[in-house]
Parts: sequence; structure tokens; C-alpha cells
Amino acid sequence: MTRIIFASALALAATGALAQDVVRLATEGAYPPYNFLNDQGEVDGFERGLGDELCARAQLTCEWVTNEWDSIIPNLVSGNYDAIIAGMSITDERDEVIDFTQNYYPPSPSAYAALSPDVDVNTGTVTAQTGTIQAAHVASTGATLVEFATPEETVAAVRNGEADAVLADKDFLAPIVGESGGELTFVGEDVPLGGGIGLGFRESDAELRETFDAAIQSMKDDGTLNTMLIKWFGEETQTF
Amino acid sequence: MLPACADPSTLEGLSWYLCYLTTGKHLSFYTSFGTVLLLLAVTAPAALALGFGGAMLARSRVPPLAWIGKGYVAIVRGVPDIAFFLFFVVALDQGFEYLRHRIMCADWDQPVRQGNDFVVCDIAKLPLNSSPQWMHEIYGFALAVLTFAIVFGAFAANVLYGAMRAVPRAQMETAEAYGMTHRQTFWRVLVPQMWVYALPGLSNLWMVLIKASPLLFLLGVEDIVYWARDLGGSKTPQFTDYPHGDWRMWYFLFLLVFYLAFTRVSEVVLDRLMRRLTHGQAIAGGEAQRKTAMVGPA
Repeated sequence: MTRIIFASALALAATGALAQDVVRLATEGAYPPYNFLNDQGEVDGFERGLGDELCARAQLTCEWVTNEWDSIIPNLVSGNYDAIIAGMSITDERDEVIDFTQNYYPPSPSAYAALSPDVDVNTGTVTAQTGTIQAAHVASTGATLVEFATPEETVAAVRNGEADAVLADKDFLAPIVGESGGELTFVGEDVPLGGGIGLGFRESDAELRETFDAAIQSMKDDGTLNTMLIKWFGEETQTF
Repeated sequence: MLPACADPSTLEGLSWYLCYLTTGKHLSFYTSFGTVLLLLAVTAPAALALGFGGAMLARSRVPPLAWIGKGYVAIVRGVPDIAFFLFFVVALDQGFEYLRHRIMCADWDQPVRQGNDFVVCDIAKLPLNSSPQWMHEIYGFALAVLTFAIVFGAFAANVLYGAMRAVPRAQMETAEAYGMTHRQTFWRVLVPQMWVYALPGLSNLWMVLIKASPLLFLLGVEDIVYWARDLGGSKTPQFTDYPHGDWRMWYFLFLLVFYLAFTRVSEVVLDRLMRRLTHGQAIAGGEAQRKTAMVGPA
């Protein structure tokens, strides 16, 4: 018995020494291809591959955590995990609360998808996920904004007629529109929003942010980031 | 995963469903039913204990103790559950970490609040950053249980307080006439008899607790609602071996059936319990039982 206690005390001490080396990465797990849960229930997608590669380059042990989109920033600043890697666009409003790395995904267009091509996205009812740049954009147009907690619900709202159109990242909508067999189409002009996607860190965590920033830079320099972008978003996607 | 499920695109009909319903994600879904049952199994006794303590305090003849008991009941009952849940989980977590921080990192010179950030030293984190994910999940679950217990404890305290007052005064007077002390009358006469008065209120609370269990989802615990929403969402073929449309309705229908069945079983069990507790009691139910027993079953 004493030996067991002693052994577990040692184990505890050992994990204590490594405390700084585990970085907890939070994602939403509901925004394919950026991040989603695969059939095994594990985090998968572009950001999974990217995050694992960044951690390998920075020689950090990373652990994946899923968190609701709504509370993803509050839980970061209260210290439940160390970084957000969840398709989060770099915006000034968010930058006041957290700090971003350089973008790992270039500024890219958002797009409207609707059931019929003649929907007027500036006067109709448009849905977007709560707390996104797309929601902020819809609110600034003449359209009526309907918000949902998850991306999935925004698309469902268009399908069952609750909203005329959905505004989301084009790369999120593309596979959905493509698979809908003509049911959904892109309407209106694409809207360029945000400054690309970066990892979010606590403002007091500058050192960790710089480590990841350097890792992103090295992936940009040797072209592996572009390979990953093309793998998940197809040939037409914007690269660095 | 079953070996027959290696290539789901070739499957059809029943075997497709069999494979679909046994994916890793579905297994997590089934496991999460255990999470909900565990929550109820732990929360119910914890809330009852808190309620009992609250009721005893509220009855206390020492004014400050009575104020604590009555204050607890009044505050918790008066604030919306959801506000409490969102407040408590963050407040408890930061409170625990702050205490540990003060004790374990006494020589730390930076402020704990830096702008928006809540920063404690690494070894004060709960759980440690390096702890495996399951420990974080258990910690989150424990916070949820504690919050549930505090909220439902207040309601239970109110029910028990009323039940203690409902025990006929004559019973207490008789006990006192036999020379029992205050403590003896409480434990030997009052407590055994009060349950029958408390049960209708407590069974109501139990039902509300069952139905409140999806609040776990709000607290970030991956419960049945979380998985039902994720599994039911439409899936495009690029990202899954089992593409399907929007099936949320079916998953939530399943949850509805589960909750209905569960509350029905609870009703049956509680009815039986009520019959047992009524036995031999000088109340309407007990009197009816006595008469039936005298006449014999018709």
C-alpha cells in the first residue's frame, strides 16, 4: 500500500514538472472542414491536422478539447484551456479581449446560400451563427438577422424555410451546397470579411502565442500549410 | 467497430444501420446516458443532505444559524436556475483555483486578474493543465453536481422545513412528556415521521431534477443532448462514412421517449415508497390503509 502511494506521489510530481509542456487546444467540433467530430467522436478536420503539426514543430504536447462556440472566448480567458483553434476570424473586437497569432488561413470570402437563386439577401431574413463576423455583417445590412448557436442549425433554418438565406464562410458552405443536389445554391455576391483565421491566446500568454506564431511561419515558409489548405478546401482555395 | 463495417459505402438497409449505430460517436452517446444517471444518483442524495442541513438550520433557535438557513433557501429559490448554473460553475472554479493559488504560490507577485484574463500559477490549476482530458471532464462533472446539489438542496430544504412543521404537535408533546430531550424528540419522533409529509414535495423535486439534467449540456458536459445534437446534424460524405440528412428530430424524439420512460418508472417507485411510508401513520392515507386491513380486501 505504501509503495502504491509512493509511486503515485512520484507520478504526480513528474506530471507537475511537465505542467508547462501540455497545451490544451480548444475547438468547436461542428464546423467542417475546419473542425468536426469524426465517426469515432474525435476532433478531425483541417485544424486538427494543423494543430497537431504546429505542436510537433513547437515540441509541445497538445490536448484537444471541444467547447461551445458561445463560451469559447470566456473559457479561454478564465484559463480552462490555452488556445482557440476554431475557424475564428481575426477581428478588432475579438482582439480587444484575446490575442491572435498571424493568420493560418488567408482572408477569404463569406457567401450566402439559399433555396432559390432570386432571394434578396439585403432585405430578406438571413441567418448566421451567433457571435460570428457573418452575424455582425448581416446586422449591418438591411436584412433581418436570425442567429443560431451552431452552424448546423443555420443551414437547417434555410432548408425548412425559417430563413431565406444563410451567410457563412464559403469554404464551410461549399461542401453542403455541393452535396445538396441543387437544393441549395449560392446567391448574391461573396462578401470579404475578417483578416483571415488565427489561433487565439490569452493576452497574458504572449510567450506561447509567439511559439505558435513561429511554427505557423515555418509552415508557411516550407509550403506545408498550402498543401494542407488544398487537401481540405480543394484546388480553388486561396493559399499563401 | 464491427469487422463487417470496414467499408460502409457498400452497406445497405439493416446492416448499414447496425454499423451506423455502433460508431465510436454513438458509443459515446450511449455512455452519456450513464453520465446523466450518475448525475442523478449523486445529486439526489447530496441535495437531500444539503436540504436537511438547510432545514435544520432554518429551524434553529440560534438566530444567526436560522438566518443562514433561511437566507440560503430564499436566495437560491429566488434566482433563476440558469443564472445560477452559469454563475456557479465559473465562480466555483475560479474560487477553488484562487484559494489554491494563494496557498501554493504565496510568493507569486503578478495579479490574478490581468485585464480579461484570470491567471493563477500552473500548479494551482484545477485540474492541472497536464492532467489527462478525463480528469478535466470529471472535474467539470463534479462542479455540475455541486451546482445541482446547491440549487436543488434549497428546494429540498424548503420541503423538509414544511414537513418538519407538519408533524402533529401532539406527537412532540408526548415525547417531551416522556422526558425526552430536544435532540431526542427531533431524531426519534420528528424525523421518522416527517418523511411522509415530505415525500410529495420531494418526489416533485426528483421529477424536476430529472428534467433539469439536460442543463449539463449548458455546463459544457458532453451529455445526451450534446451527442444527440451532434449526431442528428446533417453529415456530408466528405466528413463521415455515414452521410445523412438532418436527423435531429429522430434523436430528440428518442430523448423524449427516454425521459418519459424514466419519469414513469420514477412515478411507480415513488408511489410504492409512499404506500410504505404511510403505513401506520395518523394521517388520511394511513387511516385508509388501516381500515382496508381491518375489513380485509374486498
